[in-house]
Amino acid sequence: MFFPEIGCILPCGKNSNGNSTARLLAICILLSGSPSKPLKMINKIVNSIAEALAGVEDGSIVMVGGFGNVGVPRLLLDGLIEQGATDLTIVSNTAGSGHEGIARLIELGRVRKAICSFPRSQGSVVFEEVYRQGRIELELVAQGTLAERIRAAGAGVTAFYTPTAVGTLLAKGKETREINGRTCVLEQALYADLALVEAWKADRWGNLTYNKAGRNFNAVMATAGKRTVAMAHYLVEVGELDPEAIVTPGIFVDYVVQGANDRVENP
Amino acid sequence: MAEQTSTGVKPLGRAEMAARLAADIPEGWYVNLGVGIPTLIADHIPSSREVVFHSENGILGMGPVPAPDKVDPWLISAGRQNATLHAGGSFFHQAESFAMIRGGHLDLSVLGAFEVAENGDIANWATSENDFAPAVGGAMDLAAGAKRLWAIMEHTTKDGKPKLVKRCSYPLTAVNVVSRVYTNLAVLDVTPQGFKVVEMVPGLTLDALQAVTEAKLHS
Repeated sequence: MFFPEIGCILPCGKNSNGNSTARLLAICILLSGSPSKPLKMINKIVNSIAEALAGVEDGSIVMVGGFGNVGVPRLLLDGLIEQGATDLTIVSNTAGSGHEGIARLIELGRVRKAICSFPRSQGSVVFEEVYRQGRIELELVAQGTLAERIRAAGAGVTAFYTPTAVGTLLAKGKETREINGRTCVLEQALYADLALVEAWKADRWGNLTYNKAGRNFNAVMATAGKRTVAMAHYLVEVGELDPEAIVTPGIFVDYVVQGANDRVENP
Repeated sequence: MAEQTSTGVKPLGRAEMAARLAADIPEGWYVNLGVGIPTLIADHIPSSREVVFHSENGILGMGPVPAPDKVDPWLISAGRQNATLHAGGSFFHQAESFAMIRGGHLDLSVLGAFEVAENGDIANWATSENDFAPAVGGAMDLAAGAKRLWAIMEHTTKDGKPKLVKRCSYPLTAVNVVSRVYTNLAVLDVTPQGFKVVEMVPGLTLDALQAVTEAKLHS
Protein backbone atom coordinates (compact mmCIF):
# COMPACT_ATOMS: atom_id res chain seq x y z
CA MET A 1 0.00 0.00 0.00
CA PHE A 2 1.23 3.48 -0.81
CA PHE A 3 -0.02 6.75 0.53
CA PRO A 4 1.03 9.42 -1.96
CA GLU A 5 -0.41 12.36 -0.14
CA ILE A 6 -0.89 13.16 3.44
CA GLY A 7 -4.47 13.80 4.36
CA CYS A 8 -5.63 10.40 3.29
CA ILE A 9 -8.28 8.96 5.54
CA LEU A 10 -7.47 5.52 6.70
CA PRO A 11 -10.44 3.30 7.03
CA CYS A 12 -9.64 1.43 10.18
CA GLY A 13 -7.29 0.34 12.87
CA LYS A 14 -5.79 -2.65 11.18
CA ASN A 15 -5.58 -3.06 7.43
CA SER A 16 -5.18 -6.29 5.53
CA ASN A 17 -1.43 -6.32 6.05
CA GLY A 18 -1.95 -6.21 9.77
CA ASN A 19 -0.37 -2.78 10.08
CA SER A 20 -1.60 -0.77 12.97
CA THR A 21 -3.02 2.68 12.46
CA ALA A 22 -0.15 4.06 14.46
CA ARG A 23 2.36 2.61 12.02
CA LEU A 24 0.43 3.89 9.03
CA LEU A 25 0.23 7.27 10.67
CA ALA A 26 3.98 7.23 11.05
CA ILE A 27 4.41 6.19 7.41
CA CYS A 28 2.10 8.98 6.27
CA ILE A 29 3.97 11.53 8.29
CA LEU A 30 7.29 10.30 6.91
CA LEU A 31 5.99 10.47 3.38
CA SER A 32 4.55 13.91 3.78
CA GLY A 33 7.45 15.29 5.74
CA SER A 34 5.03 17.50 7.56
CA PRO A 35 2.94 16.48 10.51
CA SER A 36 1.53 19.96 10.97
CA LYS A 37 -1.30 19.79 8.46
CA PRO A 38 -4.70 19.10 10.00
CA LEU A 39 -5.13 15.36 10.00
CA LYS A 40 -8.03 13.12 10.71
CA MET A 41 -6.09 9.97 10.71
CA ILE A 42 -7.98 7.60 12.91
CA ASN A 43 -11.37 6.92 11.51
CA LYS A 44 -12.74 3.51 12.24
CA ILE A 45 -16.20 4.46 11.08
CA VAL A 46 -17.10 2.84 7.79
CA ASN A 47 -20.20 3.45 5.76
CA SER A 48 -21.12 -0.12 5.08
CA ILE A 49 -21.15 -3.39 6.95
CA ALA A 50 -19.81 -5.03 3.80
CA GLU A 51 -16.67 -2.92 4.14
CA ALA A 52 -16.25 -3.90 7.77
CA LEU A 53 -16.65 -7.59 6.98
CA ALA A 54 -14.66 -7.71 3.75
CA GLY A 55 -12.28 -10.63 3.62
CA VAL A 56 -13.69 -12.62 6.54
CA GLU A 57 -12.43 -16.08 5.72
CA ASP A 58 -14.06 -19.46 5.71
CA GLY A 59 -13.28 -21.34 8.92
CA SER A 60 -13.22 -18.16 11.01
CA ILE A 61 -14.01 -18.17 14.71
CA VAL A 62 -16.70 -15.53 15.18
CA MET A 63 -17.83 -14.09 18.51
CA VAL A 64 -21.32 -12.68 18.68
CA GLY A 65 -22.44 -10.52 21.60
CA GLY A 66 -25.88 -10.43 23.15
CA PHE A 67 -27.90 -11.96 25.95
CA GLY A 68 -31.52 -12.77 25.26
CA ASN A 69 -32.63 -10.28 22.65
CA VAL A 70 -30.60 -7.48 24.17
CA GLY A 71 -27.32 -6.39 22.66
CA VAL A 72 -27.38 -8.75 19.71
CA PRO A 73 -25.57 -7.17 16.73
CA ARG A 74 -28.29 -8.23 14.32
CA LEU A 75 -27.31 -6.03 11.42
CA LEU A 76 -23.76 -7.34 11.56
CA LEU A 77 -25.08 -10.90 11.54
CA ASP A 78 -27.17 -10.01 8.50
CA GLY A 79 -23.97 -8.66 6.99
CA LEU A 80 -22.10 -11.87 7.75
CA ILE A 81 -24.89 -13.90 6.15
CA GLU A 82 -24.52 -11.68 3.09
CA GLN A 83 -20.73 -11.81 3.14
CA GLY A 84 -20.73 -15.54 2.61
CA ALA A 85 -18.01 -16.97 4.86
CA THR A 86 -18.72 -20.55 5.81
CA ASP A 87 -17.39 -23.37 8.00
CA LEU A 88 -17.62 -20.92 10.88
CA THR A 89 -17.22 -21.48 14.59
CA ILE A 90 -19.69 -19.29 16.47
CA VAL A 91 -18.96 -18.24 20.04
CA SER A 92 -22.07 -16.90 21.71
CA ASN A 93 -24.09 -17.42 24.87
CA THR A 94 -26.90 -19.05 22.89
CA ALA A 95 -27.16 -20.63 19.47
CA GLY A 96 -29.70 -18.14 18.21
CA SER A 97 -33.46 -18.22 18.03
CA GLY A 98 -36.06 -18.07 15.30
CA HIS A 99 -34.69 -18.04 11.78
CA GLU A 100 -32.44 -15.01 11.84
CA GLY A 101 -28.94 -14.09 12.91
CA ILE A 102 -26.97 -17.05 14.27
CA ALA A 103 -29.94 -19.35 13.70
CA ARG A 104 -30.02 -18.33 10.04
CA LEU A 105 -26.28 -18.97 9.63
CA ILE A 106 -26.79 -22.43 11.12
CA GLU A 107 -29.82 -23.03 8.92
CA LEU A 108 -27.73 -22.16 5.88
CA GLY A 109 -25.16 -24.78 6.87
CA ARG A 110 -22.48 -22.17 7.43
CA VAL A 111 -21.67 -23.08 11.04
CA ARG A 112 -19.41 -26.03 11.76
CA LYS A 113 -19.27 -25.59 15.51
CA ALA A 114 -21.03 -23.65 18.25
CA ILE A 115 -19.32 -22.72 21.52
CA CYS A 116 -22.15 -21.75 23.88
CA SER A 117 -23.36 -21.95 27.45
CA PHE A 118 -27.07 -22.04 26.70
CA PRO A 119 -27.62 -23.30 23.15
CA ARG A 120 -31.06 -24.66 23.96
CA SER A 121 -33.12 -21.58 24.63
CA GLN A 122 -36.47 -20.12 23.84
CA GLY A 123 -37.03 -20.49 20.10
CA SER A 124 -33.75 -22.28 19.35
CA VAL A 125 -35.57 -24.48 16.83
CA VAL A 126 -32.89 -24.39 14.16
CA PHE A 127 -30.02 -25.34 16.46
CA GLU A 128 -32.01 -28.15 18.06
CA GLU A 129 -32.89 -29.62 14.69
CA VAL A 130 -29.38 -29.40 13.25
CA TYR A 131 -27.87 -30.72 16.49
CA ARG A 132 -30.26 -33.67 16.49
CA GLN A 133 -29.13 -34.47 12.96
CA GLY A 134 -25.50 -34.36 14.07
CA ARG A 135 -24.71 -31.59 11.60
CA ILE A 136 -23.18 -29.22 14.11
CA GLU A 137 -20.54 -29.66 16.75
CA LEU A 138 -21.31 -28.23 20.19
CA GLU A 139 -18.80 -27.21 22.81
CA LEU A 140 -20.83 -26.55 25.93
CA VAL A 141 -19.10 -24.17 28.35
CA ALA A 142 -20.20 -22.89 31.75
CA GLN A 143 -21.26 -19.28 31.23
CA GLY A 144 -18.66 -17.79 33.54
CA THR A 145 -15.94 -19.95 32.06
CA LEU A 146 -17.04 -18.82 28.61
CA ALA A 147 -16.82 -15.16 29.65
CA GLU A 148 -13.47 -15.70 31.37
CA ARG A 149 -11.98 -17.62 28.44
CA ILE A 150 -12.90 -14.66 26.23
CA ARG A 151 -11.55 -12.18 28.76
CA ALA A 152 -8.35 -14.21 29.04
CA ALA A 153 -7.85 -14.12 25.27
CA GLY A 154 -8.31 -10.36 25.23
CA ALA A 155 -5.89 -9.98 28.11
CA GLY A 156 -3.19 -12.29 26.76
CA VAL A 157 -3.75 -14.95 29.41
CA THR A 158 -3.40 -18.19 27.50
CA ALA A 159 -5.07 -20.47 30.06
CA PHE A 160 -6.28 -20.41 33.65
CA TYR A 161 -7.43 -22.70 36.45
CA THR A 162 -10.93 -22.49 37.89
CA PRO A 163 -13.02 -24.56 40.32
CA THR A 164 -16.10 -24.13 38.10
CA ALA A 165 -17.24 -27.43 36.55
CA VAL A 166 -14.86 -29.62 38.56
CA GLY A 167 -16.36 -33.08 38.92
CA THR A 168 -18.86 -32.50 36.09
CA LEU A 169 -19.17 -33.64 32.49
CA LEU A 170 -17.79 -30.30 31.33
CA ALA A 171 -14.45 -31.02 32.98
CA LYS A 172 -14.10 -34.40 31.26
CA GLY A 173 -10.69 -34.87 29.68
CA LYS A 174 -9.37 -31.58 31.01
CA GLU A 175 -6.31 -31.23 33.17
CA THR A 176 -7.08 -30.71 36.86
CA ARG A 177 -4.84 -29.60 39.65
CA GLU A 178 -5.21 -28.87 43.33
CA ILE A 179 -4.46 -25.24 44.10
CA ASN A 180 -4.71 -23.91 47.66
CA GLY A 181 -6.62 -27.01 48.68
CA ARG A 182 -9.22 -26.75 45.95
CA THR A 183 -9.42 -28.85 42.82
CA CYS A 184 -9.39 -26.70 39.69
CA VAL A 185 -9.72 -27.40 36.00
CA LEU A 186 -7.51 -25.90 33.32
CA GLU A 187 -9.38 -23.81 30.76
CA GLN A 188 -7.93 -22.33 27.58
CA ALA A 189 -8.29 -18.78 26.33
CA LEU A 190 -10.82 -18.39 23.55
CA TYR A 191 -9.70 -16.19 20.67
CA ALA A 192 -11.75 -14.98 17.72
CA ASP A 193 -10.92 -13.99 14.19
CA LEU A 194 -13.95 -11.73 14.24
CA ALA A 195 -15.93 -10.24 17.10
CA LEU A 196 -19.32 -8.72 16.35
CA VAL A 197 -20.59 -6.42 19.06
CA GLU A 198 -23.46 -4.05 19.56
CA ALA A 199 -22.75 -0.75 21.28
CA TRP A 200 -24.85 2.27 22.19
CA LYS A 201 -22.57 5.21 21.33
CA ALA A 202 -19.31 5.20 19.42
CA ASP A 203 -16.82 7.72 18.12
CA ARG A 204 -14.40 7.46 15.21
CA TRP A 205 -11.65 6.23 17.54
CA GLY A 206 -13.80 3.22 18.31
CA ASN A 207 -14.58 4.18 21.89
CA LEU A 208 -17.81 2.50 22.91
CA THR A 209 -20.55 2.74 25.49
CA TYR A 210 -23.43 0.33 25.98
CA ASN A 211 -27.02 0.50 27.12
CA LYS A 212 -28.06 -1.25 30.34
CA ALA A 213 -28.19 -5.05 29.99
CA GLY A 214 -26.88 -4.62 26.43
CA ARG A 215 -23.30 -4.65 27.67
CA ASN A 216 -23.39 -8.40 28.46
CA PHE A 217 -20.89 -10.30 26.27
CA ASN A 218 -20.27 -7.35 23.95
CA ALA A 219 -17.71 -5.49 26.02
CA VAL A 220 -15.63 -8.57 26.75
CA MET A 221 -15.84 -10.00 23.22
CA ALA A 222 -14.66 -6.67 21.85
CA THR A 223 -11.29 -7.35 23.47
CA ALA A 224 -10.85 -10.84 22.02
CA GLY A 225 -11.35 -10.34 18.30
CA LYS A 226 -8.48 -10.07 15.84
CA ARG A 227 -11.02 -7.96 14.00
CA THR A 228 -13.66 -6.31 16.17
CA VAL A 229 -16.61 -4.73 14.45
CA ALA A 230 -19.00 -2.62 16.50
CA MET A 231 -22.47 -1.65 15.45
CA ALA A 232 -23.43 1.51 17.33
CA HIS A 233 -26.81 3.16 17.66
CA TYR A 234 -25.30 6.63 17.84
CA LEU A 235 -22.12 8.13 16.46
CA VAL A 236 -20.62 11.02 18.39
CA GLU A 237 -17.59 13.25 17.92
CA VAL A 238 -14.30 12.31 19.53
CA GLY A 239 -14.29 13.96 22.93
CA GLU A 240 -18.02 13.80 23.44
CA LEU A 241 -17.98 10.58 25.39
CA ASP A 242 -17.14 11.05 29.04
CA PRO A 243 -13.76 9.32 29.46
CA GLU A 244 -15.01 7.97 32.79
CA ALA A 245 -17.97 6.36 31.02
CA ILE A 246 -16.24 4.74 28.06
CA VAL A 247 -16.60 1.00 28.60
CA THR A 248 -14.63 -0.23 25.60
CA PRO A 249 -11.62 1.96 24.81
CA GLY A 250 -11.10 2.30 21.07
CA ILE A 251 -7.88 0.28 21.03
CA PHE A 252 -9.99 -2.88 21.02
CA VAL A 253 -12.15 -1.83 18.08
CA ASP A 254 -11.31 -1.95 14.37
CA TYR A 255 -14.50 -0.88 12.63
CA VAL A 256 -17.59 1.05 13.66
CA VAL A 257 -20.82 0.97 11.71
CA GLN A 258 -23.87 2.94 12.62
CA GLY A 259 -27.05 0.98 12.90
CA ALA A 260 -29.99 0.69 15.21
CA ASN A 261 -31.20 -2.61 16.49
CA ASP A 262 -34.85 -1.94 15.93
CA ARG A 263 -35.68 -5.49 16.82
CA VAL A 264 -34.98 -5.28 20.53
CA GLU A 265 -38.21 -6.42 21.97
CA ASN A 266 -39.48 -8.30 24.93
CA PRO A 267 -38.15 -11.81 24.70
CA MET B 1 -47.74 -36.66 49.34
CA ALA B 2 -51.19 -38.23 49.44
CA GLU B 3 -50.59 -39.86 52.82
CA GLN B 4 -49.41 -36.63 54.38
CA THR B 5 -52.27 -34.53 53.16
CA SER B 6 -54.73 -37.15 54.30
CA THR B 7 -53.26 -36.93 57.80
CA GLY B 8 -53.57 -33.15 57.81
CA VAL B 9 -50.04 -32.25 56.67
CA LYS B 10 -50.05 -29.48 54.13
CA PRO B 11 -46.96 -29.18 51.91
CA LEU B 12 -45.89 -25.62 51.11
CA GLY B 13 -46.78 -24.14 47.75
CA ARG B 14 -44.10 -22.55 45.56
CA ALA B 15 -44.73 -19.03 46.87
CA GLU B 16 -44.69 -20.29 50.47
CA MET B 17 -41.39 -22.07 49.86
CA ALA B 18 -39.96 -18.87 48.40
CA ALA B 19 -41.26 -16.87 51.38
CA ARG B 20 -39.75 -19.38 53.82
CA LEU B 21 -36.32 -19.05 52.24
CA ALA B 22 -36.63 -15.26 51.94
CA ALA B 23 -37.10 -15.06 55.71
CA ASP B 24 -33.55 -16.37 56.15
CA ILE B 25 -31.84 -13.78 53.93
CA PRO B 26 -30.45 -11.00 56.12
CA GLU B 27 -30.04 -7.36 55.23
CA GLY B 28 -26.88 -6.54 53.34
CA TRP B 29 -26.46 -9.79 51.43
CA TYR B 30 -25.65 -9.89 47.72
CA VAL B 31 -27.81 -12.63 46.26
CA ASN B 32 -28.26 -14.36 42.92
CA LEU B 33 -31.56 -16.14 42.34
CA GLY B 34 -31.81 -18.90 39.74
CA VAL B 35 -34.77 -19.42 37.45
CA GLY B 36 -37.99 -21.08 38.63
CA ILE B 37 -38.92 -21.03 42.32
CA PRO B 38 -35.76 -19.04 43.26
CA THR B 39 -36.98 -16.10 41.17
CA LEU B 40 -40.08 -15.85 43.39
CA ILE B 41 -37.92 -15.20 46.46
CA ALA B 42 -37.33 -11.53 45.60
CA ASP B 43 -41.04 -10.82 46.00
CA HIS B 44 -40.85 -11.92 49.64
CA ILE B 45 -38.03 -9.68 50.78
CA PRO B 46 -39.65 -6.67 52.48
CA SER B 47 -38.64 -3.36 50.88
CA SER B 48 -37.36 -2.21 54.28
CA ARG B 49 -34.64 -4.89 54.12
CA GLU B 50 -31.77 -3.99 51.80
CA VAL B 51 -30.79 -7.10 49.88
CA VAL B 52 -28.93 -6.59 46.59
CA PHE B 53 -29.91 -8.90 43.76
CA HIS B 54 -27.37 -9.86 41.13
CA SER B 55 -28.40 -10.95 37.65
CA GLU B 56 -25.69 -12.78 35.75
CA ASN B 57 -26.34 -10.95 32.48
CA GLY B 58 -24.71 -7.95 34.13
CA ILE B 59 -26.91 -6.25 36.71
CA LEU B 60 -26.41 -5.55 40.39
CA GLY B 61 -29.33 -4.05 42.30
CA MET B 62 -32.00 -5.57 40.12
CA GLY B 63 -35.55 -4.64 41.04
CA PRO B 64 -38.90 -6.27 40.39
CA VAL B 65 -40.71 -6.74 37.09
CA PRO B 66 -41.94 -3.30 35.95
CA ALA B 67 -45.49 -2.22 35.28
CA PRO B 68 -46.37 -2.74 31.60
CA ASP B 69 -46.06 0.99 30.83
CA LYS B 70 -42.63 1.15 32.50
CA VAL B 71 -40.99 -1.63 30.47
CA ASP B 72 -37.51 -0.87 29.15
CA PRO B 73 -36.57 -3.46 26.51
CA TRP B 74 -32.88 -2.94 27.31
CA LEU B 75 -33.32 -4.06 30.88
CA ILE B 76 -33.91 -7.78 31.28
CA SER B 77 -33.02 -10.36 33.90
CA ALA B 78 -31.00 -13.52 33.36
CA GLY B 79 -34.34 -15.29 33.07
CA ARG B 80 -35.09 -12.94 30.16
CA GLN B 81 -37.91 -11.21 32.03
CA ASN B 82 -38.33 -7.46 32.03
CA ALA B 83 -36.64 -5.97 35.05
CA THR B 84 -35.94 -2.68 36.83
CA LEU B 85 -32.89 -1.21 38.50
CA HIS B 86 -32.81 -0.03 42.12
CA ALA B 87 -31.13 3.24 43.03
CA GLY B 88 -27.49 2.30 43.53
CA GLY B 89 -27.69 -0.42 40.92
CA SER B 90 -25.07 -0.90 38.24
CA PHE B 91 -24.40 -2.55 34.89
CA PHE B 92 -21.31 -4.50 33.87
CA HIS B 93 -20.18 -7.03 31.30
CA GLN B 94 -20.19 -10.81 31.48
CA ALA B 95 -16.63 -11.33 32.65
CA GLU B 96 -17.12 -8.85 35.47
CA SER B 97 -20.49 -10.33 36.32
CA PHE B 98 -18.92 -13.76 36.67
CA ALA B 99 -15.96 -12.31 38.53
CA MET B 100 -18.53 -11.42 41.19
CA ILE B 101 -19.83 -14.98 41.11
CA ARG B 102 -16.59 -16.90 40.73
CA GLY B 103 -14.57 -14.55 42.90
CA GLY B 104 -16.68 -15.43 45.93
CA HIS B 105 -18.33 -12.02 46.25
CA LEU B 106 -21.92 -13.23 46.35
CA ASP B 107 -23.20 -14.06 49.82
CA LEU B 108 -25.77 -16.46 48.45
CA SER B 109 -26.77 -18.33 45.33
CA VAL B 110 -30.17 -20.01 45.29
CA LEU B 111 -30.72 -22.69 42.68
CA GLY B 112 -33.48 -25.10 41.85
CA ALA B 113 -32.37 -28.72 41.56
CA PHE B 114 -33.27 -32.12 40.21
CA GLU B 115 -31.32 -33.77 43.01
CA VAL B 116 -29.26 -32.82 46.05
CA ALA B 117 -27.06 -35.47 47.66
CA GLU B 118 -26.22 -35.86 51.34
CA ASN B 119 -22.60 -34.87 50.57
CA GLY B 120 -23.73 -31.53 49.13
CA ASP B 121 -23.53 -32.49 45.46
CA ILE B 122 -26.14 -30.85 43.26
CA ALA B 123 -27.56 -31.87 39.87
CA ASN B 124 -29.68 -29.21 38.23
CA TRP B 125 -28.84 -28.82 34.54
CA ALA B 126 -29.26 -32.09 32.68
CA THR B 127 -31.24 -35.26 33.19
CA SER B 128 -28.93 -37.60 31.32
CA GLU B 129 -25.36 -37.71 30.06
CA ASN B 130 -26.45 -37.36 26.46
CA ASP B 131 -29.20 -34.89 27.16
CA PHE B 132 -30.62 -33.53 23.96
CA ALA B 133 -29.11 -30.12 23.19
CA PRO B 134 -27.79 -29.55 26.70
CA ALA B 135 -27.65 -26.08 28.23
CA VAL B 136 -25.85 -25.14 31.43
CA GLY B 137 -25.78 -21.33 31.62
CA GLY B 138 -24.29 -19.94 34.83
CA ALA B 139 -25.33 -22.75 37.18
CA MET B 140 -21.88 -24.32 37.52
CA ASP B 141 -20.25 -20.96 38.20
CA LEU B 142 -22.88 -20.01 40.78
CA ALA B 143 -22.68 -23.37 42.51
CA ALA B 144 -18.89 -23.38 42.70
CA GLY B 145 -18.34 -19.68 43.28
CA ALA B 146 -20.86 -18.18 45.70
CA LYS B 147 -20.06 -18.03 49.43
CA ARG B 148 -23.03 -20.31 50.09
CA LEU B 149 -25.42 -22.29 47.96
CA TRP B 150 -28.97 -23.04 49.01
CA ALA B 151 -31.18 -25.30 46.92
CA ILE B 152 -34.93 -24.90 46.78
CA MET B 153 -37.10 -27.63 45.28
CA GLU B 154 -40.04 -29.97 45.81
CA HIS B 155 -39.12 -32.75 48.22
CA THR B 156 -39.92 -35.41 45.61
CA THR B 157 -40.53 -35.56 41.87
CA LYS B 158 -44.06 -35.45 40.53
CA ASP B 159 -43.97 -39.27 40.59
CA GLY B 160 -42.98 -39.29 44.24
CA LYS B 161 -39.32 -40.16 43.62
CA PRO B 162 -36.99 -38.74 46.29
CA LYS B 163 -34.85 -35.77 45.26
CA LEU B 164 -32.75 -35.76 48.44
CA VAL B 165 -30.51 -38.68 47.66
CA LYS B 166 -27.38 -40.49 48.80
CA ARG B 167 -25.59 -39.77 45.52
CA CYS B 168 -26.91 -37.85 42.52
CA SER B 169 -27.82 -39.95 39.51
CA TYR B 170 -28.10 -37.01 37.11
CA PRO B 171 -25.05 -35.16 35.74
CA LEU B 172 -23.57 -32.96 38.45
CA THR B 173 -23.58 -29.19 38.51
CA ALA B 174 -21.00 -29.05 41.30
CA VAL B 175 -19.64 -31.26 44.05
CA ASN B 176 -19.97 -30.74 47.78
CA VAL B 177 -21.37 -27.23 47.66
CA VAL B 178 -24.99 -27.17 48.91
CA SER B 179 -25.24 -26.05 52.51
CA ARG B 180 -29.02 -25.90 52.90
CA VAL B 181 -32.11 -27.26 51.17
CA TYR B 182 -35.61 -25.78 51.31
CA THR B 183 -38.38 -28.10 50.18
CA ASN B 184 -42.15 -28.05 50.32
CA LEU B 185 -41.91 -30.28 53.42
CA ALA B 186 -38.82 -29.25 55.34
CA VAL B 187 -35.67 -27.20 55.73
CA LEU B 188 -32.51 -29.28 55.94
CA ASP B 189 -28.85 -28.46 56.51
CA VAL B 190 -26.15 -30.40 54.72
CA THR B 191 -23.66 -31.44 57.40
CA PRO B 192 -20.62 -33.73 57.38
CA GLN B 193 -23.01 -36.42 58.71
CA GLY B 194 -25.57 -35.82 55.96
CA PHE B 195 -28.96 -34.09 55.95
CA LYS B 196 -29.97 -32.60 59.29
CA VAL B 197 -33.61 -31.61 59.63
CA VAL B 198 -33.95 -27.99 60.73
CA GLU B 199 -37.72 -27.78 60.55
CA MET B 200 -40.72 -29.53 59.03
CA VAL B 201 -44.17 -28.35 57.99
CA PRO B 202 -46.69 -28.60 60.85
CA GLY B 203 -47.86 -32.11 61.63
CA LEU B 204 -45.13 -33.90 59.68
CA THR B 205 -43.14 -36.53 61.56
CA LEU B 206 -39.50 -37.38 60.99
CA ASP B 207 -40.55 -40.89 59.97
CA ALA B 208 -42.96 -39.57 57.37
CA LEU B 209 -40.25 -37.24 56.01
CA GLN B 210 -37.74 -40.11 55.95
CA ALA B 211 -40.23 -42.17 53.96
CA VAL B 212 -39.99 -39.71 51.06
CA THR B 213 -36.23 -39.16 51.38
CA GLU B 214 -33.61 -41.55 50.03
CA ALA B 215 -30.73 -40.27 52.13
CA LYS B 216 -30.74 -40.87 55.86
CA LEU B 217 -32.09 -37.94 57.85
CA HIS B 218 -30.56 -36.71 61.09
CA SER B 219 -32.45 -34.75 63.65
